[in-house]
Amino acid sequence: MVQFSLPENSKILRGEYFKDKTGSKNIKKVKVYRWNPEENKNPRVDTFEVDMNNCGPKVLDILFKIKNEIDSSLTFRRSCAHGVCGSCAMNVDGVNTLSCIKSHTDIKGDLNIYPLPHLKVIKDLVGDLSTLYKQYESIQPWLKTSQTQTEKKEILQSQKDRSKLDGYYECILCACCSTSCPSYWWNGDKYLGPAVLLQAYRWICDSRDEERKERLKKVADEFKLYRCHTIMNCANSCPKGLNPAKAIGLIKKMLATS
Amino acid sequence: MQYEKNPLTPHLQIYRWQISSLLSIAHRIIGVINILAIILICTWVISLTFLENNYGIIESFFNSSVGKFFVITISWTFSFHILNEIRHLVWDLGYGFSLRISKITGVLTVIFSFVLAVVIYLFGKGLN
Repeated sequence: MVQFSLPENSKILRGEYFKDKTGSKNIKKVKVYRWNPEENKNPRVDTFEVDMNNCGPKVLDILFKIKNEIDSSLTFRRSCAHGVCGSCAMNVDGVNTLSCIKSHTDIKGDLNIYPLPHLKVIKDLVGDLSTLYKQYESIQPWLKTSQTQTEKKEILQSQKDRSKLDGYYECILCACCSTSCPSYWWNGDKYLGPAVLLQAYRWICDSRDEERKERLKKVADEFKLYRCHTIMNCANSCPKGLNPAKAIGLIKKMLATS
Repeated sequence: MQYEKNPLTPHLQIYRWQISSLLSIAHRIIGVINILAIILICTWVISLTFLENNYGIIESFFNSSVGKFFVITISWTFSFHILNEIRHLVWDLGYGFSLRISKITGVLTVIFSFVLAVVIYLFGKGLN
């Protein structure tokens, strides 16, 4: 169901204001979305004054600084801090990205940090991605061959066939693209979304996979695939510079020509 | 679901508009406007077959400033929809997905929709 406004329990209230205590002259106001499941309250946006003279260059550094020095209850996911794991995906300055590779010097004025859009919030900047993981499972993201366990023969791939996976195998499933897609916001339960469709394409175009036809058939659905209207928010937000819109376009083309 | 009762994180409220998303929603809204316009135009044409007087009424409407505004607006909405639809057709062929190209074609669509609107309007005027 399309609901443009937020439900009553999700309306954002004005939060606390944490004034700078260091007396620094280089201050940035950082506004962060907060929600604690233990308090029975609506989400709020807290404002932190952060001393930028003693802070690393990335948005994730700011979050760490707030957690270490101002409010230790701030909750966010992170792991590698190098743009490889995809844990710290969030909405920074209105666009989804990985906070660990986003430089805060690019952003003029106040810095707004929200969780990935249109998810059920678990705490603060952590959203619930279980639907997306279920959808990922549904496309069966593993190699399917007619080989039995006993044969175990190496399946060779030419360089040309291997290069067809470039631009698709790099996906780290951070969910920046899927949660940036308005179509996925309105039909997230039925539409697979850019991240999962890009993965679907990655297996469809793999020369070693033997179930290409079945894979195509499975994804050819009014809702699963054709809710993509080439809005291209996905490609605009992908922190790895991939293009899910293109992958989806190529699946549509394959279906139209096969 | 475990988190069903939790709040929903903000989406439209916070997401920054991109050229591509603006053009996409504009394409939809203008598509609806075009359908209404076509219905209106068909109604006019049908009304001509009923009463001779109707021609005069419609002609005076088109010569009024509101009528001219209407014609120019419809010229633009049709131009925009045609050009953006061509963009979609090229996408369907599998080309033009890269961020740079899609941004360029998007901006070109907007610019040329105005040019085409003026051309259509002047062409229509020349027919009179």
